Amino acid sequence: MSTETLPFATRIWFAWLCLFRVLFDGRFAMRLWGARDAPQLPASPHVAGADGARDGPAPSAVTSRAADTAAGPALQLLSLLQRDGRLVDFLQQDIASFSDADVGVAARVVHEGCRRALFAHATVEPVRSETEGARVTLSAGFDADAVKLVGEVTGQPPYAGVLRHRGWRASRIELPQTVGAHDQRILAPAEVELG
Amino acid sequence: MTQFAVGIDLGTTHCALAVAPIPDAHQDSEPPHVIAVPQLVARGQVEARALLPSFLYCAHESDGPQALPWDANRRFVVGEFARTRGIDAPARLVSSAKSWLSHPSIDRRAAILPLGAPEDVAKVSPVEASRRYLEHLSEAFEAHFGGVALAKQEIVVTVPASFDAAARELTVEAAAAAGIERLTLLEEPQAALYAWTLAMGDAWRKHIRPGDVVLVVDVGGGTSDFSAIAAVDRAGALDLVRVAVGDHILLGGDNMDLALAHRVRQKLEAKGSTVDRWQHASLVHACRIAKERLLGDSAVDSVPIAIASRGAALLGSTLRADLTRDDVTLTVVDGFFPAVDSNARPAARARSALTQLGLPYASDPAVTRHLAGFLGRQAGALAEVEGFTGRSDGSLLHPTAILFNGGVMKAASVRTRIVETIDGWIREDGGAPLRVLEGADLDLAVARGACMYALVRRGKGLRIRGGTARAYYVGIESAVPAVPGMTPPVSAMCVAPFGMEEGTEAQLPPHELGVVVGERCTFRFFGSSVRRTDAAGTLLDDWRPDDLQELPPIEVTLPSEGRRDGDVVPVRLRPQVTELGTLRLEAEPVRPLHAGERWRVELNVRPTA
Repeated sequence: MSTETLPFATRIWFAWLCLFRVLFDGRFAMRLWGARDAPQLPASPHVAGADGARDGPAPSAVTSRAADTAAGPALQLLSLLQRDGRLVDFLQQDIASFSDADVGVAARVVHEGCRRALFAHATVEPVRSETEGARVTLSAGFDADAVKLVGEVTGQPPYAGVLRHRGWRASRIELPQTVGAHDQRILAPAEVELG
Repeated sequence: MTQFAVGIDLGTTHCALAVAPIPDAHQDSEPPHVIAVPQLVARGQVEARALLPSFLYCAHESDGPQALPWDANRRFVVGEFARTRGIDAPARLVSSAKSWLSHPSIDRRAAILPLGAPEDVAKVSPVEASRRYLEHLSEAFEAHFGGVALAKQEIVVTVPASFDAAARELTVEAAAAAGIERLTLLEEPQAALYAWTLAMGDAWRKHIRPGDVVLVVDVGGGTSDFSAIAAVDRAGALDLVRVAVGDHILLGGDNMDLALAHRVRQKLEAKGSTVDRWQHASLVHACRIAKERLLGDSAVDSVPIAIASRGAALLGSTLRADLTRDDVTLTVVDGFFPAVDSNARPAARARSALTQLGLPYASDPAVTRHLAGFLGRQAGALAEVEGFTGRSDGSLLHPTAILFNGGVMKAASVRTRIVETIDGWIREDGGAPLRVLEGADLDLAVARGACMYALVRRGKGLRIRGGTARAYYVGIESAVPAVPGMTPPVSAMCVAPFGMEEGTEAQLPPHELGVVVGERCTFRFFGSSVRRTDAAGTLLDDWRPDDLQELPPIEVTLPSEGRRDGDVVPVRLRPQVTELGTLRLEAEPVRPLHAGERWRVELNVRPTA
C-alpha cells in the first residue's frame, strides 16, 4: 500500500473534500495534522477505485479498516436501517411539503423495515414492567441510569411517584460482522442501472 | 474422529444445518440444535442465520471479492446477499438449483446456470451450485466448531422423496465434490416425521399406533412432496414403514407469493402506478408477510402494503395498496388448495413441454388435486405391507393422521382446507377423519429430523423402513419382423424391485441383455412408484400408462479387453442399493472372462435424444 498513489482525479476530489472537512470537522483536521509527517497516511477514507485496494495483496485478517474506528458500529447501524427501512432516505427528505397521507404511506415502509431490522439485531425491553400511570416506589440505591426522577425532585428515598414512561433497555445488540475492505461511510451506494 | 451427528437440509429455496453430539453407549443423546450459518447479508456484512437461502450470485468484476471470515478472495456469494444482490442483477443469479438437478431433459453436469447469463459469467452446473451450498455449510460448521471437519462426521443429507435414482446420485456427487464422501440420503418427509417424534418426546407413541397411516404433506418454497408412512405391528413392536411417495411437483410457496404479488400489482396498475423490477421483488416479499398475517390471524381482514420507489425520495413516490382477506382466500386457499373431489386429477403436462429448456413447473397449481392423484394412485399401497392391521381396501389410500411441513403450512386456513378436503374424501369412502400431528417447526424440521436419523443410525431409536420408493425397469425391444411405420413394441423388465433397503442387493434377473463390445449401449429406463410386487426379472409386456414413468436412459460401455469389438455379449443387470441410499446397477456377463467381472451401468443425466 505504501508505494501506491491515488489517481489524479480522485486527488482533486479528495482535496476538495479535505478543504471542507478540515474547516468543519475538528477531529478530522487533527487526524490529518497528525498524518502530515507520518510515513504513511492513515486509513484513506476512500477505497481506491475498483482496482487499487482490491488487486493488492490479500488482507490476511479480513476486517474492515473502517470497523476499527469508533464510528464503525454507528455507521453499520445507519446502513442497516437504511437498507431495511429506508430511514436515511426518510430523514433526508423535507416532509413539510407533503400531505399526511404521503407521510403516512412512507412511514409504513420505514416503520416496517426498521422494526424488522431492530428486532433482528437487538432486544429492547421496558425498564419498568408496571403499566404507565401506576404508582411505584423507589427505594434507596435505585439505579439512577435506569430511572429518572421528574417533577418535584426533592427529599430522601424511598420515593413514591407515578410511572410516566416505562423506559427502554437494549438487553442485546448484535451487529453483523464486517468483512473485506469496504468504505463503511457509504450508508447506501449510488445505483447506476446499465443496459 | 466422528463426534457429531449432522443433518443437512439441502432445500430448493433454503438450506439448514442441525447438529448433535454422538453420545457414548450409556449416555442419552442431546436433541439436535440448528447451527446458524454465517453468510453475507449485505456487501461486507456477515451475519449468522438459521437458514441459508439456496441462491448463488456470480459476482461481476465490479463487485470485487465477496469476502467471508474464512475466505478473503471469494468471487461468488451464497445465501442471503446472493438473493438480494440477485434482484439487482438477475442474469447473474442461480436459483432453484435443486429443481435443475432433477430435470430430466438437460445435462445436469453441464455448466448451464444461470440460464441465459451474459458471456462474462462463469456458469455452473446444477451439481456445482449444489456443491457450493454444501461447501458453504461445511465451512460454517468448521468455523462454528473451531476447525472440526464436517466431512468426518456422521452426515445425513435430505432429498425429496420424489427424487429419482439419478437425482439422488447427483446429490451424492455434489457432496463428494464438496469434500463430503461419507453420507446417507434421507427423504425429506421422513425427516419431518423424525423431527415430530423428537418434538413430542416419548409421547409420540401415544399418537401413532399400529394400523395408523401418516400422510406427510411437505410444501416448501419450490416443491411439494407427499409421503405415506404406515405404523405396523412387527413381533409386538411398533414399526414405521414408508409405503408410498408422490411425484416430483415443482409447486410451492414461491408460486403463491408470486400469484399474490400479481394480484396486488394489478390493483396498483389499475390506479395508474407502474411497478419496476425492484418494486416487484419488494412486493413479493411484502405479500409473503401479509399472507402469513392474514392466514394466521382471523381477526385481521386487510394488511396495508407500501412499496418504496428505487430512488432516494420516499415521500410522494411510495406505492400503496391493501392485501385483503378475500385476496388471500381467493388466490392462495381457493387457487392453490381448492376443495376438489377425490377423483380430481391434476391437469396433465404436455409431453412436448419437457423438451423446452426451462424448469418443468407443475402445470396444475392445485396442491389438493395433486394430493387426490397421489392418494388415488396409491390406493393399493397398504395391501402388501406385512403386519399392517388397518384398512387397505379403499378406492384411495386412507391416511389416519397428517403431518404438515414447509413454510406454506404456517397458514392455519391452508391446513384446515387440506384436512377438510381429505376428510371429505375419506368419509365418502367409509373412513374416519384425520388426526393432525402438531409440534414440529415447519422451517427447520427437516434438518433436525435428518440429524436425529444420523443419531438413530449410530445407536438405537426407531427407524422408518421403506427402501427405494420405486421399482426400476429396462426397456427391451421385442424381436418382431420390421413393419414400416410401426415402432417395435417394448417390454419392461424389472431390474430393481420396489422397497430395496440400503446396503442390499437383489436377485439377478433371469433375462439377458445383449451389449456390444466397445460401444456405448443405452437402454430405455423406467420407474414405477406403484408396482410393489414385481421381482427382479419380471417382464411386463403391457402396463397402464400411469404405472411406469420413463426416465432418462441408462448406458453401459463394455471395454474391448479380451473380447472382439462389435461382438454381442449377453449380460445380466445386478441391482444394488448402496449404504448411501443410491441405486447402483452393474452389468455382469453371463460368461465372465474372470470371476467377478462386471461393469458399472451409468444412470444417464444427459438429455434424452
